[in-house]
Amino acid sequence: MSPSRKILWAPNPSFLEAGKSTIKVLADGRFSVWHRKGVTMSWMGPREDAENAFKVRLSLRTALGDKAYAWDTNEEYLFKAMVAFSMRRVPNREGTEISHVLLCNVTQRVSFWFVVTDPSRNHTLPAVEVQSAIRLPLVAVSGGCSSLRMNRNRINNAFFLNDQTLEFLRIPATLAPPTDPSVPIWIIIFGVIFCIVIVATMLLILSGIRQHRRKNKGPSEMEDTEDKWENTVKIENGIPCDPLDMKGGHVNDAFVTEDERLTPL
Amino acid sequence: MKVQAVSHLRFYIKVLKEQMMKGSFLVPYIIMLTVEGMPLLYLELAVGQRMRQGSIGAWRTINPYLSGVGVASVVVSFFLSMYYNVINAWAFWYLFHSFQDPLPWSVCPLNGNRTGYDEECEKASSTQYFWYRKTLNISPSIQESGAVQWEPALCLILAWLLVYLCILRGTESTGKVVYFTALLPYCVLIVYLVRGLTLHGATNGLAYMFTPKMEQLANPKAWINAATQIFFSLGLGFGSLIAFASYNEPSNNCQKHAVIVSIINSSTSIFASVVTFSIYGFKATFNYESCLNKVILLLTNSFDLEDGFLTVSNLEEVKSYLASAYPSKYSEVFPQIKNCSLESELETAVQGTGLAFIVYTEAIKNMEVSQLWSVLYFFMLLMLGIGSMLGNTAAILTPLTDSKVISSYLPKEAISGLVCLVSCAIGLVFTMEAGNYWFDIFNDYAATLPLLLIVLVEAAAVCYLYGLRRFESDLKAMTGHALNWYWKAMWGGVSPLLIISLFVFYLSDYIITGTLQYQAWDASQGQLVTKDYPPYALAIIGLLVASSTMCIPLGALGTFIVRRLKRRDTASVA
Repeated sequence: MSPSRKILWAPNPSFLEAGKSTIKVLADGRFSVWHRKGVTMSWMGPREDAENAFKVRLSLRTALGDKAYAWDTNEEYLFKAMVAFSMRRVPNREGTEISHVLLCNVTQRVSFWFVVTDPSRNHTLPAVEVQSAIRLPLVAVSGGCSSLRMNRNRINNAFFLNDQTLEFLRIPATLAPPTDPSVPIWIIIFGVIFCIVIVATMLLILSGIRQHRRKNKGPSEMEDTEDKWENTVKIENGIPCDPLDMKGGHVNDAFVTEDERLTPL
Repeated sequence: MKVQAVSHLRFYIKVLKEQMMKGSFLVPYIIMLTVEGMPLLYLELAVGQRMRQGSIGAWRTINPYLSGVGVASVVVSFFLSMYYNVINAWAFWYLFHSFQDPLPWSVCPLNGNRTGYDEECEKASSTQYFWYRKTLNISPSIQESGAVQWEPALCLILAWLLVYLCILRGTESTGKVVYFTALLPYCVLIVYLVRGLTLHGATNGLAYMFTPKMEQLANPKAWINAATQIFFSLGLGFGSLIAFASYNEPSNNCQKHAVIVSIINSSTSIFASVVTFSIYGFKATFNYESCLNKVILLLTNSFDLEDGFLTVSNLEEVKSYLASAYPSKYSEVFPQIKNCSLESELETAVQGTGLAFIVYTEAIKNMEVSQLWSVLYFFMLLMLGIGSMLGNTAAILTPLTDSKVISSYLPKEAISGLVCLVSCAIGLVFTMEAGNYWFDIFNDYAATLPLLLIVLVEAAAVCYLYGLRRFESDLKAMTGHALNWYWKAMWGGVSPLLIISLFVFYLSDYIITGTLQYQAWDASQGQLVTKDYPPYALAIIGLLVASSTMCIPLGALGTFIVRRLKRRDTASVA
């Protein structure tokens, strides 16, 4: 850090870790770090510089549990490299070097602030550019939202983290939209069950109607067979027998009716 | 025998259903069962077996002025079938949506510009959002009716088609279906029992269930709920018990049946509540732990503490340290720190059908292989619901098909189809945007008060109009067993008194609170708010209660007038 910039940093990151530190962005744009040991460090840069800084927060233990690695200067170097890599994909910024990315105020959390300066190291790059770089698609593909997230994914993967455990405050991650099938699944299942029920109902109704009709036909069929019986002429030994005609009564005139013998009253 | 089994199974159905819907407390439940449920159940079975007719005919035989009681039962059954099938429609909806990964109620949908989640979903939870917005699309108040939602309407039509399919062939086929719909939930319940007891935090829920809470026992509301739940689950007052019992042999020992059925009823409800409370315990513990984790994250981020430093065990001491070391900063953060309590999570009372859907889906979404559990659960709910519907529609259809007038014009299938069509058309009201509010009206008022009155009239009629001694000698002649003094005491004194006291509590409750209120969903806040019913809703509530209860005095009046006319005719002839 060049003395001309009037930046006072803790010379050794471990000095920061040893105590507790809080960071404040003051009203006039100054950026100050309060350290428990009593040393006040402040970055009295121009107001825009403070606005161009981003806070990053990592939750290593939440993400990795026992396999969490310690956050040291090498990891910080990797982070700077990833940010520089993201910046290099922005048009006009292909010359970004690792030394252009400044980290400060690393806490135990682990969280820190970073800014990206331009090659002359005189001023910091506007926040919008850095924001777009972090969100930049790796390959410009039209359509398909996954490409929007690829730079972010690269950074996440370098540290074995995800969007929730590696947070860039003020750079909202575009959330992956859920895949929407063209026809909602529930309608398909509904249609299947609906058709089954309708078919079963129709079958039952039809069989019911058929049973009803059979019952109605049943008694009328019985009468038909009785008529048939009476119309066939019985033939025995070649001589037709007269079937006993129950319908009418043939009166045998040979017999005198009993009633006539008695005198009527 | 088959009919008895059918009637037994129908009781289990109602029990399980009500168990799932309302939280239960053991002590009032068991006391009400022994004092109210068992005696009144025995009474209805005995009446049916003695009179050997359906509910309308049986009461007319006991006393001609009581024909209105049977009609009232049919009217109550009709109202019940109208709104009850909507529950099945919702069960279908959830069942169809259970075949997705991830479950649609476990994630919030994204908002317009994809930077965050939908606002309403953030304020409420994803399960509540899915219920209130996606399933019901509920309006902010009962006045704004909105349009009929086609998705629940389709599910309702499907539910009615299924019911029609089952009752198409009459009571014989219904009996076969009921075997299936009653036994399958038992299997699912056993599976859920095994799963539920192995869940993390289940013991919290079980401990909560088995510790009696003295303050709640003193509250009459708990007793009222237990009593109405007993009535509902045993099917008292619907007329179906009398109808079923009329098919029994006269020498059948219905006392034994009543006792057995009540015992099976209560043990089933205990079984179901064990499952229910173990799942509650899991859900409450899960919510409690995620609340604690949120507080830990908030403190860790605000004070830049080391990740993993704050745990549940040292949370309190670290909080006090931070309060003393950084008082200004702590006071900024303090309003956002929620007080997480396991007790309050357990006590979110389970009331109303919607809450049952929300609670269970919330528990299910946190289990592994949640699609399987979800499908199983809603399939079981569907079976229970269809089983209840079959009983209800049987109670409506039996008098219709028995009446010579109607059955001479229309075949059985057409009558059933007509009843289903009318109920479905009216049920479409419940699929409108304000439909859930109307559903709650029906759920709270259509069956509870009229049932109490019907059962009271039944008990009083048998004991005092027909004569307790006469009934006792009838039973002795029929079954061969003498009537135990316990039943006589219950029928004659205790049960009617209890019902009258329940009435008094209901009325005093209404008078004290002044007006009736309901819970409306406020989308902007993401929670329920209490509102007053508008006058026309109150009028409809009154109409609901009156239309069934007025049948009793109107029936008596009608018989009186007919008799008067007959007497005048015979007087004029002679």
